Amino acid sequence: MNSDRVERATKASRAFAFVALPILAALVALPWWGEPGEMRLVGEMAYYVALAQLWNLLAGYAGLVSVGQQAYVGLGGYALFYLTGPLNMNVYLALLLAGPFAGLVSIPVAFAVFRLRGAYFAIGTWVVSEVFALSASLIVVLGAGSGLSLTPAIFRQISPDRDSRDALLYLMTLAASLLVCAVVYLLLRSRHGLALTAIRDSEPASASLGVNTFRTKFIIYIATAACTGLVGGLIFLQKLRISPDAGFSVNDWTVVVIFMVVIGGIGTIEGPFIGMLVYITLREVLADYGTIYLILMGIIAIIAMLKAPMGIWGWVLQRYDLQLFPVGRRLALAPSEKPPEP
Amino acid sequence: MTLLQTHNLAAFYGDFQALFDINVEVAEGETVAIIGANGAGKTTFLRAVAGALATAPETVIFDGEPIGHKAAHEIVRLGIAMVPEGRRLFPSLSVEENLLLGTHSERSGPWTLKRVYELFPRLQELRHLPAPALSGGQQQMTAVGRALMSNPRLLLCDELSLGLAPVVIRDIYRCLTAIAADGTTVVLVEQDINRALDASAHFYCFQEGRLALSAPTKNFDRAAITAAYFGL
Amino acid sequence: MDWLNALIQGILLGGIYALFAIGLSMSFGIMRLVNIAHGDLIVLAAYVALVVSQGTGLDPISSLVVVVPVMFALGYAVQRGLLNLTLSGGLLPPLLVTFGISIIIQNGLQEVFGAYTHRLQEGAIETASLRLPGGISIGVYPLLVFGVAVAAIASLQVLFYRTRLGRAFRAASDDADTAELMGIDNRNLYALALGIAMIFTAIAGVLFAIRTNFDPSAGPIRLILAFEAVIIGGLGSMWGTLIGGMVLGIAQALGSALNPNWQILAGHLAFLVILIVRPSGLFPRTKD
Repeated sequence: MNSDRVERATKASRAFAFVALPILAALVALPWWGEPGEMRLVGEMAYYVALAQLWNLLAGYAGLVSVGQQAYVGLGGYALFYLTGPLNMNVYLALLLAGPFAGLVSIPVAFAVFRLRGAYFAIGTWVVSEVFALSASLIVVLGAGSGLSLTPAIFRQISPDRDSRDALLYLMTLAASLLVCAVVYLLLRSRHGLALTAIRDSEPASASLGVNTFRTKFIIYIATAACTGLVGGLIFLQKLRISPDAGFSVNDWTVVVIFMVVIGGIGTIEGPFIGMLVYITLREVLADYGTIYLILMGIIAIIAMLKAPMGIWGWVLQRYDLQLFPVGRRLALAPSEKPPEP
Repeated sequence: MTLLQTHNLAAFYGDFQALFDINVEVAEGETVAIIGANGAGKTTFLRAVAGALATAPETVIFDGEPIGHKAAHEIVRLGIAMVPEGRRLFPSLSVEENLLLGTHSERSGPWTLKRVYELFPRLQELRHLPAPALSGGQQQMTAVGRALMSNPRLLLCDELSLGLAPVVIRDIYRCLTAIAADGTTVVLVEQDINRALDASAHFYCFQEGRLALSAPTKNFDRAAITAAYFGL
Repeated sequence: MDWLNALIQGILLGGIYALFAIGLSMSFGIMRLVNIAHGDLIVLAAYVALVVSQGTGLDPISSLVVVVPVMFALGYAVQRGLLNLTLSGGLLPPLLVTFGISIIIQNGLQEVFGAYTHRLQEGAIETASLRLPGGISIGVYPLLVFGVAVAAIASLQVLFYRTRLGRAFRAASDDADTAELMGIDNRNLYALALGIAMIFTAIAGVLFAIRTNFDPSAGPIRLILAFEAVIIGGLGSMWGTLIGGMVLGIAQALGSALNPNWQILAGHLAFLVILIVRPSGLFPRTKD
């Protein structure tokens, strides 16, 4: 019996784990050595990475290019505010329900939008998001056009004093983001991940091999929606206010996210991290110049699509075959067996 | 006078090499046949000459000029027209509109709509029908007519007989002989060896992207051709 | 009578929506390219008209003599210099490049003009109306816009089916590779296609901006309205798009008659219902 093995880890990923763990520890300890402003920024970086990983899973792996994920950010946020406000639910419980609520809503949405393909699918998802935004602006109990606010009473349910509250919110955001990254990573390593990569490479071919492409894409869409809803709940919990424009903003939750994934490297797990760092750097450096940084972002995205469509990490992958989060499988042949000469 | 020459022509689809060192020479007014099994590279060769596949400039010489690097639409304007494999008529266009498409190369010459209808009278009756409504043979005639409308000096015909009944094939080759007799240079790719050899003065046999055999067709030993065809 | 008025209003709304949709339809039909920046280009045309009007004193509709060539040239340049490069890369590059263009236009307009709303002033024709028997009144301006939409589509039919260029467009749409083998230079052809599409986009931009307030962020909703008209009508049919626009307009008018705040939402809901019940639209012609 031969001893060929299927290997998952790469040399680089083992090295990366050594470097990543101390950084992670430092981030977790941030409440004890950092300022509230720093926690807010890192928290923002964390939730953007989560949103980017989710969009990448949907578009880069499942081939579903959605320009409507902001729908689930808003749904998660509104679910949180409605459950804790008019329905008087405990804030932690409401937060746990925000994700599943978004996931449930995404089921009928999927049935509608899956009838469209390609770029038309993209616009269709956008229309759905607009429907939610418009509906929210018309429903009185959701605050109509001005939205809802979180009362101090609700906010204090997280924790009575300010410092521990900030720390808890930050740690919850960090934890949610890590959870999302872990789920995406494990999913792509699994058999389902292999199915996704096959679908991405060729839908007809994978269908002919028995991969149920509709069901796979459907499940990915629902799961992504639920996770996006959870992140949305966390985002607006910290913002204390939600309105239709803010909750369902295509600029805040989709344009920026797509930019991160495209620049960082679509179809890779490392990409969203890099893209997020590029975006945050651009935004902070050009903060005084109004919306110039958005124009610059648009120009960079165009150039990237024309010259380096695989993004920064895609370029690294091609040059150096470096995988920090290995999702592939390689066959390591047992040394005594060499294939026969042709 | 040599109209078309290829020098060590190589062609790639991405990383895959489909043609190796092809040297072909076609004299003006001559009909040359290219034969070979499926996947031998015959269609790739025609597409390389027509400019649908990019190659190094000097590897394809037409009327003394290197054209390997030129785009397909430029090459048509120089006088090379293709009857593609599988006809490739435009389904949204009528028969007549398909024929008129041939004039987009803006070359002048004897071929007009009237003359094409004289060569293929049946097409005149069908001219306002959408192209897909025609039978295989009629579509093939339309495809040939469309290529003729660009008044080519060199006509490339890819698998004219594909999917057609023998009677129809005979008619089409009769027309082709008439076209060649007029002075048009023809390179035809065929799987039907006998048909190809009957119509041509010189033939090339491809095998897995390489030239296996090249000779004048007159009195050539058929057994040797079979051997070259199958790579024996 | 309110309902009849709403119905007529809705039908006439179909005109402006069809005009919005022409550019999108042409891009997709000929180049298989969905231009996410399409709505922003409509708004850009409105701003160009604003600048020309303010600069020369021309009224908006007359300013089209400048706006149309400017937008044609812009469309030709963008397709030739930028969008042609994205066509061979699959679904993502054209989508993301046009998305990038959309962001640049929106934010660029905001930098130059600020976030204020504007409206183009055409004068008395904006509020003139015709009185018909039965107490029905039809706005002259919406009727004019509807007439322009019909004329636009009719002229495009002539272009596509009776001209050499139109024949080339249809051939390239069927089979771009073989069209090249016939001597058609697709790079130039596609650029012409977007240029011509932009002529209608310019007209749509000026006409809508006379009736509706606009600001730099008014693009996306226009894209969505154009898209809904195309999908309801069915891909590949220009007259179908006009009918799609009318269906959309009627849904909106009926929603608005119930409650003015429900206008846009009613349109979206009608679109989603048709999408679920009849996904290929009312008069589909193209196969993807």
